[in-house]
Amino acid sequence: MSPASVRQNYLNIKFGAASWLLTKDHKRIAILYLISITLFFFLGGFFAVLIRLELVTPPGDLVQAETYNKLFTMHGVIMIFFFLIPSVPAVLGNFLIPMMIGARDLAFPKLNLLSWYIFTIGGLFTLTAVVNGGVDTGWTFYTPYSSTYANSHVILTAVGIFITGFSSILTGLNFIVTVHQMRAPGLTWTRLPLFVWANYATSLIMVLGTPVIAITVVLVGVERLFKVGIFDPALGGDPLLFQHLFWFYSHPAVYIMILPSMGVISEVVTCFARKRIFGYSFVAAASLAIAVIGFLVWGHHMFVSGQSPYAGMVFSFLSFLVAIPSAVKVFNWTATLYRGYVSYDAPMLYAFGFIGLFTMGGLTGLFLASLAVDVHVHDTYFVIAHFHYIMVGGAVMGYLGGIHFWWPKMTGRLYPEGWARFAALVVFIGFNLTFFPQFILGYMGMPRRYHAYPEEFQVLNVMSSAGASILAVGYLIPMIYLVWSLRYGRIADSNPWHATGLEWQTPSPPPTDNFEDTPVVSEEAYAYPSRDREVHVV
Amino acid sequence: MWTGFPLFPEQASTIARGVDALYYFLTIVSGFFSILIFLFILYFAVRYRRRPTNLGPVQVEGHLGIELVWSVIPLALTLVMFGWGAALFIRNSRPPQNAQDVYVVGQQWMWKIQHQEGRREINELHVPVGQPVKLTMASQDVIHSFFIPAFRVKQDVVPGRYTTMWFEATKAGEYHLFCAEYCGTQHSGMIGRVVVMEPDDFQRWLGGSAAPTGGVEPPAPSEPGGTTSLPAAPAPSAAATPAAPAVSVSSPKQPASPSAPTPKLDVNAINTINAVSAGQQLFAQRGCAGCHTPGAPYPQLAGKFGTMVPLEGGGSALFNEDYIRESLIAPNAKISAGARPIMPTYVGRMTEEEILQIILYIRSLKPPEGQGL
Repeated sequence: MSPASVRQNYLNIKFGAASWLLTKDHKRIAILYLISITLFFFLGGFFAVLIRLELVTPPGDLVQAETYNKLFTMHGVIMIFFFLIPSVPAVLGNFLIPMMIGARDLAFPKLNLLSWYIFTIGGLFTLTAVVNGGVDTGWTFYTPYSSTYANSHVILTAVGIFITGFSSILTGLNFIVTVHQMRAPGLTWTRLPLFVWANYATSLIMVLGTPVIAITVVLVGVERLFKVGIFDPALGGDPLLFQHLFWFYSHPAVYIMILPSMGVISEVVTCFARKRIFGYSFVAAASLAIAVIGFLVWGHHMFVSGQSPYAGMVFSFLSFLVAIPSAVKVFNWTATLYRGYVSYDAPMLYAFGFIGLFTMGGLTGLFLASLAVDVHVHDTYFVIAHFHYIMVGGAVMGYLGGIHFWWPKMTGRLYPEGWARFAALVVFIGFNLTFFPQFILGYMGMPRRYHAYPEEFQVLNVMSSAGASILAVGYLIPMIYLVWSLRYGRIADSNPWHATGLEWQTPSPPPTDNFEDTPVVSEEAYAYPSRDREVHVV
Repeated sequence: MWTGFPLFPEQASTIARGVDALYYFLTIVSGFFSILIFLFILYFAVRYRRRPTNLGPVQVEGHLGIELVWSVIPLALTLVMFGWGAALFIRNSRPPQNAQDVYVVGQQWMWKIQHQEGRREINELHVPVGQPVKLTMASQDVIHSFFIPAFRVKQDVVPGRYTTMWFEATKAGEYHLFCAEYCGTQHSGMIGRVVVMEPDDFQRWLGGSAAPTGGVEPPAPSEPGGTTSLPAAPAPSAAATPAAPAVSVSSPKQPASPSAPTPKLDVNAINTINAVSAGQQLFAQRGCAGCHTPGAPYPQLAGKFGTMVPLEGGGSALFNEDYIRESLIAPNAKISAGARPIMPTYVGRMTEEEILQIILYIRSLKPPEGQGL
């Protein structure tokens, strides 16, 4: 047995900047994404810290109104387009999908590298906008404010988002072709790991939805630069057209963010309960159902926009429908624990956190789908709380759980388990303290995007800001120990969690070609043994 | 519940009760399912944890019956939520026949409010208790949203069209008025208050500025689509955009209301201009009166408001705010039967406020004598 440091793997096969910047290895590209989006995450987080600091007191006293508006805009733009959307697919998906299906790489390795470059160029455009003074339209870019009235760097930011969209499209395309064409012998669709199913569904949304947002931001640019009337009624346009186009992408984009994390949870829960997933086909079909129905609910962002009340009813109905497959997933994960052999390792703690927070995020979505209640809570902190429960409580918890789960595979090192459990707990507590008060604030009537607010909202805002400081610590701790573990962490063997799945059958870190021989699959996913067959001791 | 830490906003409209009832239902159902799931997870996680007495997992593939049960029950519950929310929403979006009209213009970053009787306010809305009020709203620039949390009502105010909402206040008091749609730098400053008054107080307040010559109306005016007689007071010289709320305002400038008790000093109310007479002035200045004058061979406007007018090429249109606004912006969109398409567009030549003043003026025109409709 040769130690991992001697054995050739994807990390030590070549050194030097060129070997990374020109790599076609999906694993190295995943690492490039990991570094890029981590930088964006902390930049977006920094803006969030400033927002929460401003909101500690009712008057707008820390920053000027204009600055505040830029802070929440840049927080949203960076977190959504440059962190959440690429997070699980571009990092974990890139790294794992080929290995999970027994392939040596994605179908189009060069295209994969191109995606990262496109992402980086788009990011640089947006960062240029930030450095030059930022943009103040809100991440939603509602017209005619964005197209006619805003004086900030709308065009630069829009170009950044436009470019980055292509990276999404190419990644989605790559995943779809890879999953269709490159599965190992014996790996039928019904044997695919649910992480692959989730990313497959996500890829469909990326390929079908992203072009619409690209077109929409181009139209905003055209109107802004050339005064062509598209959205601005003063020029003969229609501002609601923008909202339809924007949400046609941006609502499914929520599922781009959450579905891959759901895939992570299916892997983690089965592994640490040592159980087959309860209702495999229902969990897989739920991903597809969410992707499909998710395309038909965009109008629930527009109940008070002046849209016809009858259109509102249709969108309300469809929004309730999309809740069902999400609920089915939660129930199946819960049932998977039944008669399991459950351990509380850090990835599992993140998974528990995910299920709890996603459940609350999903259930509060029902409030927003209910027409009469949405009229009251629309554009208040209730909405802010709801989507942070989904995107941070859900998507980010899933992402962090996944990073911990596959960290030994990616780096060949184990992170310090005690610290990781502690951090998961801190994140969970900090998150709830930050965002739960915002549900109450929202129903009380505090509008979102308010730089200053009436005094009676202060207590809840102070609680929220206090929670945010705990949450920030919770995110910094893993940053420190994960980097620390790269050098000092215990050496991981090929399958430290004793998980099923092809990615665990290759050494950690894997060789460039992933597998020496193409694996042959003869079992269902999550074929964890029963106590009848063997007594499992870990 | 301790004071100083309220969990619910005040309930001050007829709509609020219904919305809160649904909200409680949603909270109870969501709370029940959250706790149910948390308890199951907790129980399974503890009961089946790794320990010497746990001999390992027992594999369960799934169960079709259970899958159906936990798909169908949530589906049924969400259908109840949908039906309840939709029914309430449709009801809340239809103003009662006797609603009193108030006109609103949103612009960066203030609310301009125009009562039918001529009184104008900025960032304040005075309404009586127990009287349905219908707001017809326009935006001068970007999208705003008129939000009164205590009433549970909200409606975006969109440039290029009128949107409407209504409410009936149930409790006298002062409530927040917020702009809920991000509208630029001073978005969080686009706030104000809604003052709900007892009907008598409201009438006194209303009469405190531009008193209608017809005398003070009964406490709860219920005349549907009621028109207002044209006040005799000549329009003062105020410009069409008296934006600054700092204008010193009080009743002495209005000698027409000697009988009304001195109202509270109300620095926000701009009562130096009367919308109907301003509209009359505009009607003359902008050349409308050149054609739309009694006896001329062009569409007559007097007495038409609220009626169906036949259109050139068949069909008919309701002669209301939207119709007048459209006729000014796109005159050829719906041409009155018998008229020729010769009216020029006023797009970009009138502010939303001016258009509203024209509308209020046209609305105030009585049908010519002897010509019923």
